Amino acid sequence: MKHIEAKNVNVYYGENHVLKDIDLTIKENTVTAFIGPSGCGKSTFLRTLNRMNDYIDTFRKKGKIFIEGKDIYDKKVRVEELRRKVGMVFQKPNPFPKSIFENVAYGLKIHGISNKMEINETVEKSLKQAALWNEVKDKLDKPALSLSGGQQQRLCIARTLAVKPSIILMDEPASALDPISTAKIEELIQELKEKYTIVIVTHNMQQAARISDRTAFFYMGELVEYDKTSVLFTNPSNKQTENYITGRFG
Amino acid sequence: MPAIEPELQALKDNLLDMLSLVRNQMIKCKEAIRDNDTSLAEEVIEDERRVNIQELAIDRDCENILALFTPVATDLRLVLATLKITNDLERIGDNAKSLAKFLVNNNDEIERQWLKAYHLEDMLDIVVEMLKDMGEALRTEDTKLAKKTTKKDEQLNEFNKKAFKTAAELIKQYPDHSKNLLTLFLVARNLERAGDLTKNIAEELVFHIEAKVVKHKKDQK
Repeated sequence: MKHIEAKNVNVYYGENHVLKDIDLTIKENTVTAFIGPSGCGKSTFLRTLNRMNDYIDTFRKKGKIFIEGKDIYDKKVRVEELRRKVGMVFQKPNPFPKSIFENVAYGLKIHGISNKMEINETVEKSLKQAALWNEVKDKLDKPALSLSGGQQQRLCIARTLAVKPSIILMDEPASALDPISTAKIEELIQELKEKYTIVIVTHNMQQAARISDRTAFFYMGELVEYDKTSVLFTNPSNKQTENYITGRFG
Repeated sequence: MPAIEPELQALKDNLLDMLSLVRNQMIKCKEAIRDNDTSLAEEVIEDERRVNIQELAIDRDCENILALFTPVATDLRLVLATLKITNDLERIGDNAKSLAKFLVNNNDEIERQWLKAYHLEDMLDIVVEMLKDMGEALRTEDTKLAKKTTKKDEQLNEFNKKAFKTAAELIKQYPDHSKNLLTLFLVARNLERAGDLTKNIAEELVFHIEAKVVKHKKDQK
């Protein structure tokens, strides 16, 4: 089923035309990787999917983005509700300077949930889903910042999962992590796609090849090629894609 | 220039060297028969060692490229095709060696006219030509040439069919030499196999350059 659908999306930062006529459909329970050189527009496009770009004064968008069939830029859409449904994990782990428990419970509280039992259950479930529970169950009251970088990133994933999203956007979630932590995040992404639709921006081409079902290659604001990952990395149909994935770009 | 580029170029160069070594083995086989010169056949046997060393070196290079550069797309296809081509070349080299061994061990017992009757020189000429085209196709990435060359394999098939009849007739005529005459039939069959293996090389080149799988096409229909 179509989960995300972009139709003729154009994005401008002031005079700068950063995304050009993007048409793209993402099915539910899949992992989609966005690749491309710095400044190609992949992160901008990712951020349009939960309206993170709204904070930028010069941001303008044309075209439509539908999530579960609804236009997310419609005036009736509540942005907080959209961001609950479309969670985001950033490049650098960014836990709050609070306890491990509070980090995961925070989203629930701001969404008006006060039942302690429900909060406890959700925190445990989210930490288990993020494959972190066994490592932190005995120190939930310890500061989140005392965890390792990899653990902090999984905590941020747990924090995202706690508010029950259906889509998780990840902007280079493993680029600041060591290989073991990266492998754990990649394994986690594979498990999470059973229940969530995942869109990941990555500069690590092997990572895109390993974990995604489909890959989109962006260049200079255009979606150059979008195909099954197994096809794009073995027999890309566009020469620019081939030059990029084989490191012959420029 | 990406770091993988010189590695791939070196791989291709080594593959061309191996191809040329095997082709020279076949040329020497032809000249050994034509000039009745067993010293050339001895060289073919000696060259087999060099072919094997080259095969191992290329295999090791492929392993290193896969492990260290994680190639994709056309680069990956070149490495995969190279692994298969070296295997084909090594087997073609084996065929040359068994022909050379036969010439060295049985030179005094072989009648020149038998060699003619089996069309061994003609077959060797075709194999040499096919290998030459394959080297050119690899060097210039010319899949048209590779595909065109595979048609020459049909001539080898014809010679092989004739060889069966020739063996039957000659054995009747020279029953005391049936062992050598049968071995010569096997030599012709090996040369026909060398043509098949060269055809495989063409298919691997098409896979590398055009990303198309053309082998077992008939089976897939």
